[in-house]
Amino acid sequence: MGKVIAKEVSIAIAEAVAQCKVDVISAYPITPQTHIVEHLAELVNNGELDAEYMPVESEHAAMSACIGASATGARTFTSTAAQGLLLMYENLFIASAFRLPIVMVIANRSISAPISIWNDHSDVMTMRDSGWIQTFAENGQEAVDLIYHAYRVAEKALLPVALNIDGFTLSHVIEPIELLDQELVDKYIPPLRMKYKLDPKKPITMGAIGIPEIYTEAKKAQDEALKASYRIIVNAWKEFEKLTGRKYQPIESYKMEDAEVALIIMGSLAGTAMDAVDLLREKGKKVGLIKIRLWRPFPLRDFLKAIGKVRAIGVVDRAVSHGSTGGPVGIEVRSALYQSNKRPKVVNFIAGLSGRDVTVEDFVELFERTYDAISKKPRFSYEIYGVKE
Amino acid sequence: MPKDQGLVSWKKLAPGMFILEPGNSAKFKTGDWRTYRPVLDKEKCIKCGICYALCPDLCYKKDEEGYYIVNLYYCKGCGICAKHCPKSAITMVLEED
Repeated sequence: MGKVIAKEVSIAIAEAVAQCKVDVISAYPITPQTHIVEHLAELVNNGELDAEYMPVESEHAAMSACIGASATGARTFTSTAAQGLLLMYENLFIASAFRLPIVMVIANRSISAPISIWNDHSDVMTMRDSGWIQTFAENGQEAVDLIYHAYRVAEKALLPVALNIDGFTLSHVIEPIELLDQELVDKYIPPLRMKYKLDPKKPITMGAIGIPEIYTEAKKAQDEALKASYRIIVNAWKEFEKLTGRKYQPIESYKMEDAEVALIIMGSLAGTAMDAVDLLREKGKKVGLIKIRLWRPFPLRDFLKAIGKVRAIGVVDRAVSHGSTGGPVGIEVRSALYQSNKRPKVVNFIAGLSGRDVTVEDFVELFERTYDAISKKPRFSYEIYGVKE
Repeated sequence: MPKDQGLVSWKKLAPGMFILEPGNSAKFKTGDWRTYRPVLDKEKCIKCGICYALCPDLCYKKDEEGYYIVNLYYCKGCGICAKHCPKSAITMVLEED
């Protein structure tokens, strides 16, 4: 096994990407993602990584270049956040529809306006329906492991993967992290061989018109591919566990066995929420936590299994879906529950916008409010928590 | 209207709806949204080839006698050929279904 070394998470991510032997990196610097691509640029410049680094003029170009490079069969990487992701937007849908195995790290940051460089999930939620596989890391080790996983999955499923790490709270912290031995990485991620690619010797057409008589079939095929990627994603985690002993699942449960109330969360706040669970458990409250690691394709069965027999669920969203019936995760959870006979009460909180702290005490409060939902009908379908009236 | 209007099963599409046969756009019939069709009067035609040169869909092809003949499989009926024919040898005629 590799050595555990204290590293900034962004640097560790860059090193893991380099270990995956990417051919093309195309990126435009934006806070809080910058350290990742800066370090990759250094590795290329120092001759430590044999890759093409394309310092493009915008994120629109960054994604375009990744699409072009990936279409020729190159292994690609990019990273962005907030406005940068929005500038890529139209190309995100092309990357997935073209079934290109691009890997992107999003150092999640709030969308303007007001201008914010701090963390929430408002950027990635805009690409919720884009057809990308989307995962969320809780800590540095998980972020690195999900990089290896992303390449393995992307290239088997022929779909792009967006790995989300919370900006600053994860991207800029120093954690003890173990990078895999190169030998293991090579075993886990074999060289990319794409069956269909742009090759003058064997010309094909990408991006042909989808007339009304074929567009529906193209979208059905793409949707089935994303659904089918679930199996590939889970199997890749099982393979990873065999190699490293580290176990990952689409949905992670914490003290859910006998829980009557649960919170649902994605990303790095899960650690804080777990502390709140421990605190309440000491007081005899049967609370638990569900962490969604795989956001797209949404792991419906795992989710329904994970909630067990809870009586109330509090969904903690990190983004506003303006004018909707809840936050993006809240809407998803309510919709998922309708697929089953389980009918726990669901309350939906939007918290931690633009890097506002959500402390252990806050999570205790959220648990208490979720408890209230068992006996009292919630007044709102969602609530922006902690707002100053 | 049949419920299943698809040209081909989604299961048979190549990933990404890629087209694996090069140059198969030639098979795509663009002539079925035409309203007017160009009709050539060979008496007036001087075989100058302006219709051939200006046709945006490359529909015109020279025949053995040297006349340029439109391929109605592709002709969208734009009328550029008729407009620019120096001898007004091409007339746009309404398509009757």
